[in-house]
Amino acid sequence: MKSAKQQKKSKGTFATAKKVLKYLRHYRLLLALSLIFATVVVVLTLYLPVLTGRAVDLIVGKDDVNFDGIAAVLQTSAIVILITAAAQWLMNVCNNRITFGVVRRLRLDAFRRIQSLPLSFLDRRPVGDTVSRVIADADQFTDGLLMGFSQFFTGVLTIAGTLGFMLSMNLPMTLWVVVVTPLSLFVASFIAKSTHAMFKLQSETRAEQTALVDEMIGSHKAVSAFSHEDEALAEFDEINERLEKVSLRAVFYSSLTNPSTRFVNNLVYAGVALIGALISLHEPWGMVLTVGQLSCFLSYANQYTKPFNEISGVVTELQNALTCAARLFELIEADTEIPDAPDATVLTEVDGRVTLTNVAFSYTPEQDLIRDLNLTLESGQRVAIVGPTGCGKTTVINLLMRFYDVCEGSITVSGHDIRTVTRHSLRENYGMVLQETWLSSGTVRDNIAFGRPDATDEEVIAAARAAHADGFIRRLPNGYQTVLGEDGGSLSQGQKQLLYIARLFLCLPPMLILDEATSSIDTRTELKIQNAFARLMAGRTSFIVAHRLSTIKEADVILVMKDGHIIEQGNHAALLAQNGFYAHLYNSQFEA
Amino acid sequence: MRIFMRFWREYPKESILAPLFKLLEACFDLCVPLVVAAIIDRGIAGGIAGGIAGGMGGGDDTFIWQMCLLLVGLAIVGLTFAITAQYFSAKAAVGSATRLRHDLFAHMQSFTYAQTDRVGTSSMITRMTSDVNQLQAGVNITLRLFLRSPIIVIGAMVMAFTIDNRAAGIFAVTIPLLSAVVFGVMLGGIPLYRRVQTKLDRVTAVTRENLSGVRVIRAFGKEDEEIDAFRTVNREQTSLQNKAGMLSAIMNPVTYVMVNFAVILLIRHGANEVHIGNLTQGEVVALVNYMGQILVELVKLASSIFTVTKAVACGNRIGAVLDMPAGMAVLPDGEGYPAPADAAVSFEDVSLTYESGGAPALDGVSFTAQKGQTVGIIGGTGSGKTTLVNLIPRFYEATEGRISVLGKDVRTHELAALRERIGVVPQKAELFKGTIRSNMQWGKPDATDEEIWQALTAAQAADFVREKEGQLDAPVEQKGRNFSGGQRQRLTIARALVGRPEILILDDSASALDFATDAALRKAIRELEHKPTVFIISQRTSSIHAADLILVLDEGRVVGMGRHDELLDSCEVYREIHLSQFKGGEGA
Repeated sequence: MKSAKQQKKSKGTFATAKKVLKYLRHYRLLLALSLIFATVVVVLTLYLPVLTGRAVDLIVGKDDVNFDGIAAVLQTSAIVILITAAAQWLMNVCNNRITFGVVRRLRLDAFRRIQSLPLSFLDRRPVGDTVSRVIADADQFTDGLLMGFSQFFTGVLTIAGTLGFMLSMNLPMTLWVVVVTPLSLFVASFIAKSTHAMFKLQSETRAEQTALVDEMIGSHKAVSAFSHEDEALAEFDEINERLEKVSLRAVFYSSLTNPSTRFVNNLVYAGVALIGALISLHEPWGMVLTVGQLSCFLSYANQYTKPFNEISGVVTELQNALTCAARLFELIEADTEIPDAPDATVLTEVDGRVTLTNVAFSYTPEQDLIRDLNLTLESGQRVAIVGPTGCGKTTVINLLMRFYDVCEGSITVSGHDIRTVTRHSLRENYGMVLQETWLSSGTVRDNIAFGRPDATDEEVIAAARAAHADGFIRRLPNGYQTVLGEDGGSLSQGQKQLLYIARLFLCLPPMLILDEATSSIDTRTELKIQNAFARLMAGRTSFIVAHRLSTIKEADVILVMKDGHIIEQGNHAALLAQNGFYAHLYNSQFEA
Repeated sequence: MRIFMRFWREYPKESILAPLFKLLEACFDLCVPLVVAAIIDRGIAGGIAGGIAGGMGGGDDTFIWQMCLLLVGLAIVGLTFAITAQYFSAKAAVGSATRLRHDLFAHMQSFTYAQTDRVGTSSMITRMTSDVNQLQAGVNITLRLFLRSPIIVIGAMVMAFTIDNRAAGIFAVTIPLLSAVVFGVMLGGIPLYRRVQTKLDRVTAVTRENLSGVRVIRAFGKEDEEIDAFRTVNREQTSLQNKAGMLSAIMNPVTYVMVNFAVILLIRHGANEVHIGNLTQGEVVALVNYMGQILVELVKLASSIFTVTKAVACGNRIGAVLDMPAGMAVLPDGEGYPAPADAAVSFEDVSLTYESGGAPALDGVSFTAQKGQTVGIIGGTGSGKTTLVNLIPRFYEATEGRISVLGKDVRTHELAALRERIGVVPQKAELFKGTIRSNMQWGKPDATDEEIWQALTAAQAADFVREKEGQLDAPVEQKGRNFSGGQRQRLTIARALVGRPEILILDDSASALDFATDAALRKAIRELEHKPTVFIISQRTSSIHAADLILVLDEGRVVGMGRHDELLDSCEVYREIHLSQFKGGEGA
């Protein structure tokens, strides 16, 4: 059981690594260059001790020094050193480009994927968690990958190269090095394996903390309004303490890699010194080893084991990186919305006819929300959806815009089932003002021209005038060029809504969805907007979720919703005459 | 940099022990070349000489074995010390990062609204998460590697002096040059990495914004533009990273050249000295080995410098936040303005100008609300309604004028105590992850179920809560996403009512409610047993026409004050508002 799980896990890591490799393919040329430079660096780095050893052998003792020979060897050394350094620099630059490039692509792909993820996916998870994947996990991944690149190649090559050089010099010493060194690999992989779970736990705990921070800092105003700081801090501390424990273990155990492998190396070193000294002293089987060769060999023993150290360090780091990458891939590979059908048509010349046939919908399978919803709208009709809060009005909008797909039944626009047309063209034909306004950071002008970036300044101003936003925009520090901060910055809720409405006036889509569109605008301003809206709505099918009587009364059809279905349908007069739920709602306002 | 000092201060024992054990380990490492030199000069050369002299070989074998066992012993002691050092440094790094996160979170919690506006949510979150993590990694590396390297480097020089003064001179020249390179790269790197991190803030902001605006973006079919915008900042960030990387890439090659040229000098010098007989071959090998050790350390240093530089940049960003003075000072009782004792809230000539905005958001506002009164506030969009009520719980500080709340100058109230006595229902209805009960207990931490149900009933939320599975234990997702806008509003109202506040502020909190619910809500609030003073901001005159006092705001000024009937006579703006609804809404 456990081993099966472990196997699955390592398979998961392997799969992630394979996905990362796919990204590396974009950088084939740089990869090849990096490899070439790495080879140059390694070979020359290994050659330098040979030269040094040769020089040492020319310095035997008093009055026994070959100055000419030394000068020649040192000259070669100088050239080798310079070439090595240049190759090393180029290799580093290549590695940087590859790593940062891969991460850039990963982030972009993740972001791109977010754009096509179903809202049910995004609605379900905290924004902070998704953000932490795109930002923090990608960041950690960069660090790991960079380390991997700069040390993995050279490490492997150094091992191979050193082996060759050593073999050419002396067999018994080489054997000792080859037999003992893998011990350090063994130690390292043992440590890496046992810390993998700790890193994963650390990553998860961090995500949990980020989600809390996102919530508490994001809604800091509400937190301080309720003096909830202490409770928030207590909750934070609880996670923080868990994180401390988890991190301490992960950090400490993974940091054992270096000293342990260094210890193995020191053993190797001592062994080489012993064998080397004995050979050079006794010259068994006619083997000759000069002091220079021994010193060269010792420096190889160091060099041979160093990459093992590094590689094992890199393995830990890479493992951490792969865990992060896996979280990123979870996002990149999440199921997208059912893509537009391949034969999906672009919805053009919409006349505004909308029908809903036997629509059923629920967010969770256990609890159905909308059942048997039927509605036929002629073009240009105005529909007011009223009903107690939470009766499913917003859900109807989610379905009309195809943010969510119906579970049963169908919705058609101008006779086309909305599942047979492209989402883009469907949504383009709706103008939507939601309860919660959202502005992008950018200038006021950019925000108004959100749906039509190519609009001229005159058009933008005209739209703002129509939405009665021109006045307050002109009073802003830089007028239309005022830069709005995150989420509209210092604008009031009402001002944001006016900007939002201005967007619609610029696009003039054939169908409108207004969800409590004017809830934060004072009635004086609203009255002015109403006229403009009336103009806008003429000939356009409109769905309005509104609480204002004025809007409701003028509607062609009033849908009275309760508990997910329409319980009454008709115009104002007819519904009042019916003396049902609507009449009750209507009359209740006079009681206050 | 000061941030680093905190770590030292908070974990003095660990911060000393970790480098100390590293130092010891390094000392043992430094002995190795000496032992090898001994093996060469006494074991091999001596043995060969002895062999020629007549069969002393066996004794030298013993010496070689002894020396090699010594090497193994050094390795074991080194390992023990290293593990100890790793433990202390991990403990110090992780522990102080934990404390730092705590301090940072606590500090940010005490921010005023104005400070939150200024710093921005995204960047607060990056500081808390990614910056602190980087800092933790940096401290850990610093304690483990960063201090080891200088010790080895200087130690190597000291050892060189024990062999030959003039050869050691080469070390003495090389080391300052190397340090200059290392520190140059580091100092050059810090501002670069700070820029990288600032750019990352932008990437974060774009991602967050995209997620929070996902419906609007899709409604307008703007996915591609969003991707383009992301691509741009992402690319800018990458190119900054490349730039910073270019700088760190230079370090290894440069130090490699310097060290190896120093080796060349050593050999030349050594050749002369050996020729004269001042040095032995083994000593030359030892000198070369020491130089080699320096290089190995520098390579390690270079790879850690990346982390450390980044950590310093992150530390500075965190420091900047921590340095912002927290919250607002509470004045001692004696220093406040005298306040009318029976008034719940009184404003005298109050003005407020936001840090970012030019024109005052409130301008010379004066009014008094008696205890138990209902005050309606009405006015156009951006007329200062929310600003006015935000001053009551002291979310913002007035720029001018006097505010007294519950019988005292507002600035003399202890903040938490003040806010406990005031219930605020903000415009934007936000709930928090947890259960309905946990959200309700925000208003009063020890609220009983009965009290919660009372509040829910008054807020007209009892019905739908009762229908939820688990009722009070029904889960609430982040921001209350699993509730509709109207349900959220009613829950936030209930949350404010649970604590039975003496002052209740409803900031246009019924906008998503239908008429029937709104009316029932107002009735319930009027009938609350403890008779709070109620402030209602509304767009509809129907919601406030029964108020004891109505303030009509226009562009930050009070243009009308009185009861509904009085205002209809005397206030042009109020009449207009009322008529606009009357005409449109037929007698609302």
